[in-house]
Amino acid sequence: MLQERVGQATVTVHVTVNGVPRPVTTVPNRTALELLREDLALTGAKEGCGTGDCGACTIVVDGRPVNGCLLLAPMLDGKTVLTVEGVARGGKLHPVQQAMVEMGGLQCGFCTPGFVVTAVNYLEQHPNPTEDEIRVAIAGNLCRCTGYSKIVDALLEAAKRMREGEGR
Amino acid sequence: MSSRAATPTPTALRWRPRSIEAFYRPLRRQLDHDSERCVQSQRGRPRPFLPRAVTRGGQIGVGESMRRFGYLAPKSVSEAVSVLAEHANVAKLVAGGTDLVVQMKDGVRRPQVVIDITGIDELRTLEERDDGLHLGALVRMGEIENHPLIIEKYPVLVDSAKLVGSKQVRNLATIAGNTCNASPGADTPPALIALDAQVHTLGPTGPRVVPIDQFFVGPGRTVLEPGELVTKFVVRKAAPNEGAYYERHTPRKELDIAVVGVGAWVRLNGETIEDARIGIAAVYPTPLRATDAEAALRGKPFGQAALDAAAAAAVAQSRPISDVRGSAEFRRWLVDVLTRRAVTNAVARARGGGPRAGETH
Repeated sequence: MLQERVGQATVTVHVTVNGVPRPVTTVPNRTALELLREDLALTGAKEGCGTGDCGACTIVVDGRPVNGCLLLAPMLDGKTVLTVEGVARGGKLHPVQQAMVEMGGLQCGFCTPGFVVTAVNYLEQHPNPTEDEIRVAIAGNLCRCTGYSKIVDALLEAAKRMREGEGR
Repeated sequence: MSSRAATPTPTALRWRPRSIEAFYRPLRRQLDHDSERCVQSQRGRPRPFLPRAVTRGGQIGVGESMRRFGYLAPKSVSEAVSVLAEHANVAKLVAGGTDLVVQMKDGVRRPQVVIDITGIDELRTLEERDDGLHLGALVRMGEIENHPLIIEKYPVLVDSAKLVGSKQVRNLATIAGNTCNASPGADTPPALIALDAQVHTLGPTGPRVVPIDQFFVGPGRTVLEPGELVTKFVVRKAAPNEGAYYERHTPRKELDIAVVGVGAWVRLNGETIEDARIGIAAVYPTPLRATDAEAALRGKPFGQAALDAAAAAAVAQSRPISDVRGSAEFRRWLVDVLTRRAVTNAVARARGGGPRAGETH
């Protein structure tokens, strides 16, 4: 017979989410997305496909955008995570969020948290992107409402505002 | 096989189904085949094929998208080898998780133990040494596509790594994961075959080195013994008269899986192709090394005659299947076209020109 229980049945994940240390004890057979949504009640990141195609679950882990639905929860141990809940500061929307709202970069809004964290991460590293570069940067996020044009417009505007010092 | 025309017209393009039923019949056949395989994989416990959302609610707790498993996170390679050897038959290694997590969610793989090797820093090597480029097992696709040295000297790795999944997936997916998952259609193995990569492994019996073209034994299967893991890939140092290129065909640009992909490497001596290596994705039960096509190029001057011979040999060596991504005949036609394109662009790069790293569309 196979062993009844091998390895750790529960794990304590020491993760820093949006600047706050949030240690969580959990079973390991869950995704990072499930840990964020179910245990930490951070329901911004969404599960769309659950297989790494749509990007609705995008979170930024140690400065890199990844699919939360493909990352095992215990692999967040020791990591720093940014979700859409940590993007606005002091009650003021991030320039990316503000531009998305103003320029109609969303309709149903399901994909929007993924787009926002992808874009915030990208624009922090690439302050002066071309339209083509923005389209490549958001290629891992699918939107079935907008046709992308208004999202691209919003991100170009957000980049401009961030350059002009409205960034954080 | 050898009498096959150089550029067969795919029957898929001539196909005019007489009814809507006839149109859907190949897809239906594929779905029946898939669900049959799914049932077979339940180890003698036949169970109807159910969509994931249904199985999830019935078998596992809320907020747990996978069956239960024990979790181990070794901090050194030797520790990883010993725990892997101890639980060899019930454990899976996870590096990026982009394949394994999906397989576990679908119930295709049900490991009792998951061994997370991402905390092992020794597996993150990425540097050029005297004997060539050392790529640690945990090097991510996203690191390869943005690494200045790789972009400059090993652009074929960028061509292939940049095609894997999306940016978010490439920030997780690793070179060893893409190799050890052993999908016949994976993008990086043809590039590694073209570069004659050597796979360094460590197991209970010690380290060994396996040439990449002998690493795969079937779909999802490699030569790795129980308890053995890949530590790194070593690629010989690039020389100025050498060039390599990878291109695949997919219906859409991003987030797709190759219908066919071809990677080619050449070493030139003036106008003559002194040596060549060709790797092909999705036309064989494993990533295919097209040795006949290589032989057709070796010692020949680069030109139409050499390309014709290499393309015909590559087509003859392919054993493609028909599936949802394309018919066998369409795939043979793609092998012909992409072999020519890959060799031509590899030669262009060997001459100091050619497409920039990663610009393969």
